[in-house]
Amino acid sequence: MNTLEINEQKDTRSAEAIEISGSKAVLEALLQENVDTVFGYPGGAIMPIYDALYDYSEKLKHILVRHEQGAVHAAQGFARVSGKTGVVFATSGPGATNLVTGLADAMIDSNPLVCITGQVYASLLGTDAFQETDVINITTPVTKWNYQVTDATEIPEAIAKAFYIANTGRPGPVLIDITKNAQLQLFDYLGYKKCTHIRSYRPEPEIRKEYIEKAAQLINQAKKPFVLFGQGVILGKAEDEFKSFIEKANLPAAATVMGLSALPTDHRLHVGMLGMHGNYAPNVMTNECDVLIAVGMRFDDRVTGRLDKYAKQAKVIHLDIDPAEIDKNVKTTVPVWGDCKKTLPLLTALLKENDHSEWVEKFRELEKEEIKEVIHNELNPTTDAMTMGEVIRVLNELTNGEAIITTDVGQHQMVACRYARYNHSKSSVTSGGLGTMGFGLPAAIGAWYGAPEKTVVAIIGDGGFQMTLQELGTIMQFGAKVKILILNNEFLGMVRQWQQLFHDRRYSFVNITSPDFVAVAKGYYIEGEKISERKDLKAALEKMLSHDGAYLLEVMVGKENNVFPMVAQGTSVSEIRLK
Amino acid sequence: MQKQEFTITLYTENSVGLIGRISGIFSRRKINIESLNTSPSEVEGIHRFTIVIQENEEVVRKLCRQLEKQIDVMKAYYNTDDEIVWQEQALYKVPADVVTEKVYVERLLRQYGASTVVIRQDYIVFETAGHREEIDRLTEELNKYGLIEFVRGARIAIIKNSAGIHQKVLQFENREPSPHIVENEYLDKRDNVFTM
Ligand SMILES: Cc1ncc(C[n+]2csc(CCOP(=O)(O)OP(=O)(O)O)c2C)c(N)n1
Repeated sequence: MNTLEINEQKDTRSAEAIEISGSKAVLEALLQENVDTVFGYPGGAIMPIYDALYDYSEKLKHILVRHEQGAVHAAQGFARVSGKTGVVFATSGPGATNLVTGLADAMIDSNPLVCITGQVYASLLGTDAFQETDVINITTPVTKWNYQVTDATEIPEAIAKAFYIANTGRPGPVLIDITKNAQLQLFDYLGYKKCTHIRSYRPEPEIRKEYIEKAAQLINQAKKPFVLFGQGVILGKAEDEFKSFIEKANLPAAATVMGLSALPTDHRLHVGMLGMHGNYAPNVMTNECDVLIAVGMRFDDRVTGRLDKYAKQAKVIHLDIDPAEIDKNVKTTVPVWGDCKKTLPLLTALLKENDHSEWVEKFRELEKEEIKEVIHNELNPTTDAMTMGEVIRVLNELTNGEAIITTDVGQHQMVACRYARYNHSKSSVTSGGLGTMGFGLPAAIGAWYGAPEKTVVAIIGDGGFQMTLQELGTIMQFGAKVKILILNNEFLGMVRQWQQLFHDRRYSFVNITSPDFVAVAKGYYIEGEKISERKDLKAALEKMLSHDGAYLLEVMVGKENNVFPMVAQGTSVSEIRLK
Repeated sequence: MQKQEFTITLYTENSVGLIGRISGIFSRRKINIESLNTSPSEVEGIHRFTIVIQENEEVVRKLCRQLEKQIDVMKAYYNTDDEIVWQEQALYKVPADVVTEKVYVERLLRQYGASTVVIRQDYIVFETAGHREEIDRLTEELNKYGLIEFVRGARIAIIKNSAGIHQKVLQFENREPSPHIVENEYLDKRDNVFTM
């Protein structure tokens, strides 16, 4: 029987059953969910699924990563850029445990993923069998939902549920663990039915009109309204609704790290990035606004700094799809529960057109101060050593805000988030909540598969690159045209910055030496170059961008440069320091 | 806000592994579960968890939202002791001779509403149900007479002001969003409640 026969039965649950294996049912389910790309790594306990995949290779692209952590990060990058659900295969035991970091990352950053792990035969469960681990218990805190399948008949429904849960409400990673016997088992397949409802799961809270009215009233009365936006705008596909909302009443808006690119960087009401290494104005003005409107963001401590000194003067309106986020960190005056795609237009309709130009101008004034004190020097340094900021500036000039930028974690991440320009939504991919070093490279691979027509640039530190550089092998084998930009400061820079500022310059184990990255890339047949002089920067970046294929550019930057401004831990956002 | 005793009632699907998921939500926040009971509920196929913790109300409210967020949890309620009717069961094993020889022990048991479960030549097992303090008092008394073994069951509780889950289940099954999935009593009362 070929795969087509089964496909034709979709959603009909025809009376006539076909006998197929659990493994085949898994792949059929993926096709029915419009999956075309899977990131994974095989092993004994998932071999039946890989065996079935052999027959599906025309419909399902499988990207063989070099480490399962890379598979999850790639799936995250794919999901973040494409808006679809990322799919991962891994085997039992070590394969599954290698997923944990990525799952935790996806969980905290609300990335929709369906991870399918193989498991030992059901008869061996609990016997410490070869490569058996209790994957369900290990992944419980880092998944939105997980489930172990021990009988093939459960597979269609379990996977349907998995996709529904992963990609509705507040998205998140889901893991389905399938025992080997269930993969091999033949059963009467009745077709696949997508899941649209689970009794005990409410993806979206009911929108309460009275709160929308109350929120509109507060905004209409506000003298100094201020909007904070997070990834919720992107996840809700509400970029247009969001823009109309802020434009109607001229509300200044600042992005969280995860919210970057939801609003074009150059939008006249975009007043910068919030948080620890965010911009000066939005941090300071948080403690001056009278109404704070948070849209699809979760008041992470990296955004709020000291909570007891955070926006105490303001009335807070919080739009969120996850009821548990309301009041979690910051007390809300008016909660607006629901999908912001739906709530924003309702709110906008009740808004009065408003000017607020004086108030918006205040942000611009502080911005000038930041430009003078920090930004200008960072972007146009007079020192010999190059700065990370100027690399991003030149990159901006060459890409015009059209590139998708993934980052790793550290100083380069904060610099990239601060200075990269984004014209389009879903073009910033970074590990926000977990801050996972090693994220940038595999995420870029996934991002490229999510948007192969785009230029994808991975900005990575010399430290983080060495955490998952084996994924160069994936790039080599599958031809992902990823541009890798290593900003090498010969330090674990961000930790060094903290040691300098808060630990008396005691540089304890942050000095990291690196291999010849270009040679390493060459070893994987990936072109590359290393530069350390400013005069070569533009040409090198041009070469990287115009190269047809993956490319690695290593830029040597100042060793002890710091990222400023900074809200030091334990201080208030308005105490943000410019140097 | 002061810590006090709260009883959390969860209505859940009866699915494998849910206890782990739920207890993780407590342990991750370093909240000790004082008592935990799971049982069928008034609706077939739906399970009921009764969990007792000592916490302040703000924490409990947030906790309940996190609990309700779990896919298999339908509804989470929290109540103070005066809002529920609750019982804990206890079993006591005492030497038989003490009871037979010292009549007042028997009187004591009767006073606490204990009943006999097993009578043997060497020991007798009593059972009682009640509030913790009552059970504690009886335990203390029996300790004086050579209490051999004692065990207390988890709290079970009925919420006084609740119509049960029947209606809710219908709503849940009907795909219709329940109108009051979360309550926010703090609407516009920010200044009164800001505690941090
Ligand atoms: C997996 C992991 N381990 C440790 C850290 C802690 N950490 C945060 S930033 C950083 C330094 C990163 O150094 P590098 O990759 O060279 O980037 P730079 O800060 O120099 O730009 C470290 C070690 C982390 N975020 N993730």
